Amino acid sequence: MKAFSNHLIFEIKTGIRNKTLLIMNYLLPLGFFLMMGLVMGGIMPEFLNTMIPAIIVFAILSASFLGIPDPLVNAREKGIFRSYKINGIPAVSILIISVLTTMIHLLITAVIITIAAPILFDAELPVSWLHFGIVFLAMAFACSGLSVLIGVISPNSRATVLWSQLFFIPSNLLGGMMIPYDLLPDVAKKAAQLLPPTHAMNAFKGLAMGYVSDYSPWASVIILVTSGFLAFILAVFLFNWDNHNTEKRKFYPLAVMALLPYLIGIFFLS
Amino acid sequence: MTDAMIEVKSLRKSYGDTIALDEISFDVMEGEIFGLLGPNGAGKTTTLESLEGLRTPDIGWMRVAGIDPTRDPRKLKNKVGVQLQSSGLPENITPEEAMKFFCAYHGVPPRFDLIERLGLEEKRKTQFYELSTGLQRRLAIALAVAHAPMVLFLDEPTAGLDVASRVELHKMMQEFRSNGMTIVLATHDMAEAEEMSDRVAILLNGKIAATGTPMEITATGSGLTKVSVRTQNSCLTKSDIKLPSISQKSTKDAYLILFSTNISQTLSAIMTLIESKGDSLIDLRVERPTLEDRFLEITKKEEKL
Repeated sequence: MKAFSNHLIFEIKTGIRNKTLLIMNYLLPLGFFLMMGLVMGGIMPEFLNTMIPAIIVFAILSASFLGIPDPLVNAREKGIFRSYKINGIPAVSILIISVLTTMIHLLITAVIITIAAPILFDAELPVSWLHFGIVFLAMAFACSGLSVLIGVISPNSRATVLWSQLFFIPSNLLGGMMIPYDLLPDVAKKAAQLLPPTHAMNAFKGLAMGYVSDYSPWASVIILVTSGFLAFILAVFLFNWDNHNTEKRKFYPLAVMALLPYLIGIFFLS
Repeated sequence: MTDAMIEVKSLRKSYGDTIALDEISFDVMEGEIFGLLGPNGAGKTTTLESLEGLRTPDIGWMRVAGIDPTRDPRKLKNKVGVQLQSSGLPENITPEEAMKFFCAYHGVPPRFDLIERLGLEEKRKTQFYELSTGLQRRLAIALAVAHAPMVLFLDEPTAGLDVASRVELHKMMQEFRSNGMTIVLATHDMAEAEEMSDRVAILLNGKIAATGTPMEITATGSGLTKVSVRTQNSCLTKSDIKLPSISQKSTKDAYLILFSTNISQTLSAIMTLIESKGDSLIDLRVERPTLEDRFLEITKKEEKL
């Protein structure tokens, strides 16, 4: 346990020391928060109703999809995982710590946004703090799980960027943070349901912010948590110590299973 | 030296069509420094990685401190220390944090004395990527021995080190050995292998081409001894002299350089000749074939085959 806590503390410090992680965890989401508050608050005042969850969802996307996979790929390529294996550091610790540290940084960012948004932009506060916390944790866990999985199966840094952007860009466009889900065409709605932010925004609206959700908010929470678990279990199974990452390549198609809860949701949620 | 600390029997490992290790066998005794030599691609790293539990051999049998590294890699972690060729540390970690971090996973208190001894005291709080290559290597070595392992694997430990650090590391290796630690040293530096190793194995194309003490290996070569001699009036370089048991002859900077197959005959003839010419000796150097000479001889022979 002492070893685990030492490892966790070191990784938290790294998240602040490492310039890329500092940007992804703090500067990008907080910069986006200020920009959206200044721009959207003026042209679309109803944005302020769900500004806090929308910016927090963006922060989660940035810290997870842009912040988690690349350090994992780099560590593997530089032989850091080999050194960890020799010293008896379990794969599950490496992955859990990666998820936990991201969630801790996200918690700090979320607190800053939640405190600053009403003061700076008169944004609405949640009506249920408990549900707000549950949805936040579910979304952070789902995205961290998927990001860890991307880091585990990516053959190199270039592929990592590609895989991460595959989630990050559509999530920003269709995830309901800037364009409300109910304004999307039917086909786009179905595509959006494949993305974690759609479910997070739906659950935030229905459970935490006191608005009518587009479909069952608890189903969204269940989808997020299930996908997070699936992604994490698959990441542990597919984890490779070797810097060339070739040994388990034949099993990589299994990674798609992490999206299964979203796929099932498409058929049952409307 | 008593029992075998490392036992390897008929170890084979291939990557696709390439055979990296072709049924090699060797033992390393307790408290021994065992040099693993070979050109790039000879199979040194695959051998080390198999022993460290990082690779699973196709066939063969091996034990490190009585543990099968393939089956029980977790049991192995406190028995072995590994200094990897690539440093294997996160770029933002400081030497102090790294020491705490790895010692915690081994369940031992951090060995900050090693940081001091390896000249990292002033850089305790410097991030890994800011350290020079030499300092990064020193840190890797400090971490490898911090939990007092029974077996230490060193992969090119002195590459990138300055002379003082190299001497300090060699001193530490001798100290580790005298405390009973078994060391496997993979190196390209023949002088280092010859100086430090009790026994060496030369790997070529996945096979062990020669094994034994450095003396035994050099003795099994062509047996040529290099003689460099210089006289006051250069009588040996001026005239077309005839000396016994000479295989090659050349001159350089007023020195006559000879390769002798029978050193006592050659030296005796040189001294007689100098005296008969009324000349006087300024410098005479006799050099036995080094491990490097023997290594080159073996690799050239292998290339011809």
